[in-house]
Amino acid sequence: MQTQLKNIKVEAEKEIASAKTPKDIEDVRVKYLGKKGALTAILKQMGGLSSDERPIIGQLANEVRDFIGERINASMKKIKKARLDEQLSAEKIDVTLPGVRKPLGHKHPLSIVLDEVKEIFVGMGFDIVDGPEIETDYYNFEALNMPKHHPARDTQDTFYIDENTLMRTQTSCVQIRTMENSEPPIRIISPGRVYRSDAVDATHSPLFHQIEGLVVDRGITFSDLKGTLETFFQALYGQGCVVRFRPHHFPYTEPSAEVDVQCFSCGGRGCRLCKNEGWIEILGCGMVHPVVLKNCGIDPEIYSGFAFGVGLERIAMRRYNINDMRLFYENDVRFLNQF
Amino acid sequence: MNLSMKWLKDFVDIDVSSREFAEKMTMSGSKVEKYTVEGEKLNRVVVGQVLAIDPHPNADKLVVCKVNVGAGEPVQIVTGAKNLTVNDIVPVALDGSTLTDGTKIKKSKLRGVESCGMMCSLGELGLSASDFPHAVEDGIFVLDEQNYSLGQDIREVIGLDDVTVEFEITPNRADCLSVIGLAREVAATFDKKLTLHTPEVKARDNGSAHADFSVTVAEKSLCPFYSARVVRNVKIAPSPRFIRERLRAAGLRSINNIVDITNYVMLEYGQPMHAFDLHRIDGSQIIARKANNGEKIVTLDGIDRKLSENNLVIADAKKPIALAGVMGGEFSSVAGDTTDIVLESAIFDPIAVRKASKEQNLHTDSSFRFEKGLDKNNCIPALNRACELIELLGAGEVCSQFFAVDSTDSHVTKISFDPDFINSFLNINLSRDEMISILSKLECEVVDGEVVVPSFRPDLKIKNDIAEEIARFYGYNKIVSTPLRGSHYGKYTDRQRFDQKISATMRALGASEITTYSFVSPREYDKILLPDDHPLRKSVVISNPLGEDTSLMRTTAVVSMLGVLSSNYNHKNETAQLFEIAREYIPNDNAADLPTENHKLIAGFYGYGIDFLHVKGICENLLDSLFITGYDFAACSDVAYFHPGRCARVCCNDTLLGHAAEVHPAVLENYEIGTRAYIIELDIDALFGAADFDIVYKPIPKFAAVNRDLALICDKCTPVGDVKKIIESSAGRLLEKVTIFDVYEGKQIPKDKKSVAINVSLQSESATLTEEQINSAIKKIIKAFEAQNITLRS
Repeated sequence: MQTQLKNIKVEAEKEIASAKTPKDIEDVRVKYLGKKGALTAILKQMGGLSSDERPIIGQLANEVRDFIGERINASMKKIKKARLDEQLSAEKIDVTLPGVRKPLGHKHPLSIVLDEVKEIFVGMGFDIVDGPEIETDYYNFEALNMPKHHPARDTQDTFYIDENTLMRTQTSCVQIRTMENSEPPIRIISPGRVYRSDAVDATHSPLFHQIEGLVVDRGITFSDLKGTLETFFQALYGQGCVVRFRPHHFPYTEPSAEVDVQCFSCGGRGCRLCKNEGWIEILGCGMVHPVVLKNCGIDPEIYSGFAFGVGLERIAMRRYNINDMRLFYENDVRFLNQF
Repeated sequence: MNLSMKWLKDFVDIDVSSREFAEKMTMSGSKVEKYTVEGEKLNRVVVGQVLAIDPHPNADKLVVCKVNVGAGEPVQIVTGAKNLTVNDIVPVALDGSTLTDGTKIKKSKLRGVESCGMMCSLGELGLSASDFPHAVEDGIFVLDEQNYSLGQDIREVIGLDDVTVEFEITPNRADCLSVIGLAREVAATFDKKLTLHTPEVKARDNGSAHADFSVTVAEKSLCPFYSARVVRNVKIAPSPRFIRERLRAAGLRSINNIVDITNYVMLEYGQPMHAFDLHRIDGSQIIARKANNGEKIVTLDGIDRKLSENNLVIADAKKPIALAGVMGGEFSSVAGDTTDIVLESAIFDPIAVRKASKEQNLHTDSSFRFEKGLDKNNCIPALNRACELIELLGAGEVCSQFFAVDSTDSHVTKISFDPDFINSFLNINLSRDEMISILSKLECEVVDGEVVVPSFRPDLKIKNDIAEEIARFYGYNKIVSTPLRGSHYGKYTDRQRFDQKISATMRALGASEITTYSFVSPREYDKILLPDDHPLRKSVVISNPLGEDTSLMRTTAVVSMLGVLSSNYNHKNETAQLFEIAREYIPNDNAADLPTENHKLIAGFYGYGIDFLHVKGICENLLDSLFITGYDFAACSDVAYFHPGRCARVCCNDTLLGHAAEVHPAVLENYEIGTRAYIIELDIDALFGAADFDIVYKPIPKFAAVNRDLALICDKCTPVGDVKKIIESSAGRLLEKVTIFDVYEGKQIPKDKKSVAINVSLQSESATLTEEQINSAIKKIIKAFEAQNITLRS
């Protein structure tokens, strides 16, 4: 029996070595270790052995079984590895072939910039309020301290529907509606389309977008106006952004200011971009005129506030170096795909 | 407003660089748009004297001149000019010089003769005959100056060395539309003394000569102040150089001495003036009255204008002689043969002037000032200044008699002076005296705790106005910046987030966002085949459009999308997949209400094999992403601009959400789109109403679903959507999902039938389904089919 076992070991080892496929290995396993296998057959005969022989043959049989088992496992691993290697090398592809793509939609550049502006103001505690684009003369002008025939109306060439209805020339009308309908503290921005009867060219459009803001609360000062807008510009243009406030006039604010940003291109020394001024005019603002507060039922002796307005196209044109406003409204996909 | 720096120096002694001047004025509130140094480009152009003029050996039309240019030898210059004589004093552009337009002059040979420069015409110096009336425009500019030295820079000699500063004057500061008003701001900004001049008129007492002349103001509210003086023996002539120079700097042309003086005074004082020819005034009387309806006047610009009874006119006994505050009449204007004039200096109602100027579309320097509101206390000084200049120029004899009709009240504005308010409002810390000192520079005196506002500053009305005056001279940029305080939080509304979600999903589905104009031309409605009586044709109409393209507010943003698809197609872009969150403007039946502004999602597609089912898929994906369930697509053929056989109406619980469709071929043709295009239009308010954001987690099923495929034969015209609905309504509560995976027509199927392959998925949350449960559900479905004449394919 010992000889038998030794022969089994030798033969099994030989067969395992010559096995080429997992099936060959499996066949070897069945042949020797299977229910009807050679080794199993020997183990079955163990019952006929003497009590002296039994432990010796038993041990030997176990050794042979373990030996074959280990060899089978090792060989199996090796064959599988070889097969995998073969497969991997056969499956090599040209990864420089073009990817299978789905069309990707793009946000309009005006939306990208507007979303960024909104985010900054939401972060500063502002709500975003919307209102009608077709407005009454009252909300667009009169409530804003610009009665009929006020010369300041000339600075906003207006499309009229009829005597009392017009296309809003700014989004301040939304602020009036908000003040009428809510109590201070008020902290809002009102972005949206505005209309001026300007013929279309590279820097003019009869329709453009404005973002206007309003804060009304007790004890709001000119310092708050400055602080808020400086924070906004730093968030938009980076910490290094330098702004200046310059006296101006708007009928709906007093004092009024225009805000200039130091020219990014020349750093204030003066260049073609800033028409040699070193500064680029970007925003109008001021402390809300007491007449405006009163028109909205807010007591100017208790509350004060500030308001501002900034053109979206102007920011976007600067951001993306777009030199012609018409591109925003032509919507050529070769333009849109760049954003 | 263009300010001559030379003129400014009559009133303020200021000596700073132009850049510093512009910077400081801008920062104190008088925004400098730009400054122009006259003759800035001119270089090496000097005064020369013609010594000799000889014929050119090779050209009949040219002459060879010797010109003395001061230092060194005389230079030889070849010219074709005909107006030269020996000894003429002329501008000479030397070799290497530059002219106003940037032209460089170099030594060269003209027909074989060396020419070492060029003698200049007015135009080459950037001037015209109105600047130097004695000179010709089509020859060399021959100087008539007395003070010069040969070789001297031409700019100094002819006064082409002024600096003009262009200010943007805000509508509230009519006082700054004048040299004196700006001088006041300059003095305050640079802390200099303002030196004003009181005009002195000698005037002869020759009252009898015009005893019959009279002034009547019939409309006192429209003409609260009117003053006039008569000037006799007027000698019309060109103005002296200083007037011409200053007018040029301000951008006005010199006409003659009298007209120039009225303009000069308008610029200096900000008070528009007018001169009438006394002999053209019928009945020797001036009446400020309303025009009669249909009355006419030919204004100075030669235009015959029909007046309305709202217009204030200056009239004589018979006819209007000026549209008050806007423009004078041609008939009574000062001309070469004028001998006696009436000078007018008046105040007209700003609104009346503004209306008249708008109505007549006639905007003048005069109307520009009147419509902002002028100071009546400025009228007499301005009138006297004009008379003083007439005497100075020897242009006429001023009569001593004054005509003045004053209907104004002598109200003085006083504003309570509240330093504490100003300090806290601006968040600064100035003493009362510091504030008073700023105000006094602006001629605002503080008396008994009140700021007494000078009459030329009607813009100062309330304490905030005083705060602004303090702020602009304290310096806006010296005020500290503080962040906002308080526990206010900002938040997007649900609706705003909904719009963001729509945009994000559309982009994820491959569509790019567009932004279009919201006005349209009425022709667009023709292009989308709307019948004449279609409700969408009823639009909000803009009464003063720029043109047809901006004449209507769109009632459907589909036209905007089609326009963009068209322009992309015509730019040869292979595909366009676009969307817009757009407003549509629907007029209200009740005209007192504002129009309704609907928010729509419009998507448009062409190219890359996109067909109706792709577009429907995009629509379904979008609806799913918005948590809209139970929506339904049904055939629809009643939208004019969509293909009648390829349009689906999208509804949710009987609410119309919109349409997904192929564009009608005739519409495509109208928009010159040479390929099929597709549109989704959805009402965002309806979508928002249909969306259900109350998401509650449902456990993931523990028991696997069972799938059964069914193959049916139904009528060709039966929509598969109906087949699906039959299953959904009959299968019972175990039904998890129905998927249509094949539709087949052709061989083996009767001609008027089609085969539909459907996968039915059944599932229970509580147990693995038994064969019995499955069969029962399938049986129910088959029974329902039979009722609809749909059979299982054998």
